[in-house]
This record gives sequence, structure tokens and C-alpha cells, in this order.
Amino acid sequence: MGELFSQYNVLGAFGITIVLTVLSALGALVIGTVVAIMRVSPVGFLNKLGALYVNLVRNTPLTLIIVFCNIGFIVNLGMSVSDDFARNNLVWATIGLAFYHAAFVCEALRSGVNTVPAGQAEAARSIGLTFGQSLREVLLPQAFRGAITPLGNTLIALTKNTTVATAIGVAEVAGLMKTMQEDRPDLMVPIFLVVAIGFVILTLPIGLVTTHLSQKLAVKR
Amino acid sequence: MSSVLFDIPGPKARARHRLIMIVSAVLTLLALAWAISRFAAKGNLEAAKWTPFLTGDIWVNYLIPGLINTLKAAAISVVLAGAFGLLFGIGRLSDNAAIRWISTVIVEFFRSVPVLVMMVAAFGLFSFNRVFEASINPLAAVITGLTLYNGSVVAELLRSGVGGLPSGQSEAGLAIGLTRSQTLRSILLPQAITAMLPALVSQLVVILKDTALGAIITYPELLTTFSQIGSYKSNPVPALIVIALIFIAINYLLTSAAAKIEARLRDKGRATIAKGTIGPPNRVDLEPVEEALIAADESVLHERYRTPDK
Repeated sequence: MGELFSQYNVLGAFGITIVLTVLSALGALVIGTVVAIMRVSPVGFLNKLGALYVNLVRNTPLTLIIVFCNIGFIVNLGMSVSDDFARNNLVWATIGLAFYHAAFVCEALRSGVNTVPAGQAEAARSIGLTFGQSLREVLLPQAFRGAITPLGNTLIALTKNTTVATAIGVAEVAGLMKTMQEDRPDLMVPIFLVVAIGFVILTLPIGLVTTHLSQKLAVKR
Repeated sequence: MSSVLFDIPGPKARARHRLIMIVSAVLTLLALAWAISRFAAKGNLEAAKWTPFLTGDIWVNYLIPGLINTLKAAAISVVLAGAFGLLFGIGRLSDNAAIRWISTVIVEFFRSVPVLVMMVAAFGLFSFNRVFEASINPLAAVITGLTLYNGSVVAELLRSGVGGLPSGQSEAGLAIGLTRSQTLRSILLPQAITAMLPALVSQLVVILKDTALGAIITYPELLTTFSQIGSYKSNPVPALIVIALIFIAINYLLTSAAAKIEARLRDKGRATIAKGTIGPPNRVDLEPVEEALIAADESVLHERYRTPDK
């Protein structure tokens, strides 16, 4: 197994996976929060627009979205962010991953809002808090706590889904795995174990931390 | 539309909402128009790029065979994942610590490894060891990856479904003399599977979407047809859009079905996993009964001790 690490840049490939994960998680969090605000806003049009976005994106395969980023934006429209071919694909894969997972972030945040009982808002209003105050002091703190577990699940899914970026030639782990398999078919099982255990190491802490946080910050009802 | 987040809007708020609506609608239209004009500038709106989809040729030779391959891989995976999930879900509920432990490790491991990694690994193993005919290897690899991942998810759903049932259900089963496995089989599992139904149907969407990963290991499913159509009619972007619409239509139907099943179960008063457990039974007021018993007791005592020497 040591051969694999000396012959191939396994850690470097995992590094790209981590870069993809962190950047697209930030993007997904920003876009997802915006869509979630639209979904819970009192304006009917924004509400429907947000629902349309979530329904379209959630029902499209991620592979298709990533391929479209390449075929549609890079090849067809020539929207290059960088002259470097590899970096260009990396950036567009990040954009695709961010827009795809934003739909799930939106649903996670919305489910957090749904965990807040209506009585909380009524109580806030009845003691004379304004809309902004009741949002800030009463509703949102509870909503974010309720959304920790689904947000953590989305982050875990995102980490695993970065492998799809290999479809447009981003040099992350799944791509390296294919290369290693072709060069060293005798090490098929060790290759799988190295990659699989790498992902267990990446995703396990996320699950543990979010479970711990959601229990520690749980709202007693 | 009511929400915990805001009051029912008054006239001033309604006017403000109208203004926000108009501004955001204009912005959305501008963004759409900009995107469409960019794609139109590259000739993607030309009729020649879209008319092929109105002819039978493209559908019969590309899209429908691709769709059939997608559905085939999904259907086989659904059956196998169900079996896998049932096996390891029950394993995780077992009394035997060793079985429980092994099932937990297997389920947690396959849940945290990306589906694509499992597909690539299976594809490599199958083709290197010549397990199947060369033409079947991609299909087998897609099914292996989907089964291991989604089977683990089903196992986890099953465990939480059984765990979410009121403890009175298994206590009642044991109390009437059923063994533990009989209780599980005839009382807990039927209820857990009903409760899981909406989540299971949503998992079908995940399976169907993930078949598109097969494109990366050369399985000829629906997404792969885009490159064939694209090079045949030189319209890769319209081809991708049509394929996306097919996926969205099928998955949207499945998602709505899941929502309908959940609503029906809730109407019937059945619990679903997402909604938590069945509520506690109504409390019976025992006080009048107790009083009556005490009163009866007293009158008996009075009778007995008042008339000993009569």
C-alpha cells in the first residue's frame, strides 16, 4: 500500500477534493441561504421562484449539471475564468457543485425554520417585539439550531459528490483512482481501500461534530 | 399562506411586497434574457438544432434506448438495495452483538464512500478479473455501486423506522408470547415499512439520478446519449437540455408521489419517519372507578362488622 503513496500523489488528489469541498460548500451556503430566504419570505413571487429553483435542481442528476458546466459554459460559450485548462475546470466544477447543493442547503434551512413552533412567534409578538427583533432574538436562533443536522448531512453528501467533478477532468481522487487502476490492476483492492478510507476519514468527523453540536445546542421543548 | 416568521400583512406591507415582486421579476427576466442571448449568439436557438427532437429518429435510436438503460439499472438496483437494506437493517436490530456490530460497520462504511468510487472500483474489479462478459461490466458496476450505497441507506431507514415505533408495540408482542423475531416480523417491520414508504420513494429519485454516474464508467445510459446526439446533429447544448428535462419530469413525478403517500399516511393517522412517532394513547380517567371500588369496599366492611350478632 505504501507503493501507492510513493508512486502517486494520493494526498494531493485528496487536497483537491478538500479544496472543491470547502469552496463549493461556501458557495452553496450563500446561494442556499438566499434561496431559503426567498422560500420563507412573504412575497409570493419570490416564494415560487425559490420553489422552482429547488425543484429543478434537486431533480437533475449532478453529473448532468457538471457536464453542462463544461459543455455549455466552457466549450459552447467560451466563458473561461482562467487560461489554465485544469484551473478552469476546477472553477466550473465548484460552481456546478455549489448551485446543485444550494437546493439542499435551502431545504435544510427551511426544515430548521419549520422546527420552530408557531407559539414562539406569537409569544414574541405578544410581548411587543418588532418583526426584526422577534426574528433576531427568538426565531432565527432556534431555526439555525434545528438545521444543524440536515446541514451536516448536506456537507457530507457534498464531500462525496466532489468525485463527480472527474467527469470534466478535475484531478481529484476518483480520477486518480481510475489512473491507478489502469496502471496497477494487481493492486485493485488496496486502491479502493485507500480511497474509501480516505473518504471515511473526511466525512466521519463532520457527522460526529454535527451530531454533537445538534445535541448540545438542541432547543428543549 | 401563513408562517411563523411574519404577521399577516396589512395594506402598507402588501404595497411593499408588490414593489419587491415587480423589482425581482424584472431582475429575473433580465437575467434570463441575458443568458438566452448568450446562448443564442452561439447559435443554440437555431431551429435546426431543436427540430431533430421532433423526429422519431433521435428518440428511437438514442434517447429511448438510453432511457431504457437508465431505468433498467435503476430497477435492478432498487430490488437489490431493498434486499441488502432488509438484511443489514435487521442485522443492526439483532440481539447478537457480533451480528449487530458487523452490520453497523458495513452499513456505515458503504454510506460514507462515494457511489462513484464504488462504481469505479467495481468496474475495475469486474473487468480485470473478467467476472462478466465485457459488455455487461459497466451495467454490473453501476448496479453494484448503487446497491451498496442505497442498500445501506435503506438499512438505516429501517432501523430508524423500527426505533421510532412506540415501545408498547414490541412490549405487547412479547406479552402475548411471541418470540423477539416473531414480534419483529409480524408487528414491528410492517409498521416500520409503512412509515418508511415516503422516504423510500424519495430514495428512488436518488437512485435514478445516480445512474447518470454510469456515464463516467462508459455505461450507455440516458446522459451518455448527449454526446452521440451532439456529434450527430452538432447540438450538444440542446441535447443536454432535453435530457435534463426528461430526468426532471420523471423525478418530479416520483417526488410528488412521495409527498402524496406521506399525506395519505398522515390522513390515516399513521406515522411517517420524517414526522416522528405515533402519539401516546388517550389517558383513561380512573378516578371514578377507584372511588366506586373504595365505596363498595367500605359498604361490604360495614355490612360485615355491623351485624355479627344478629
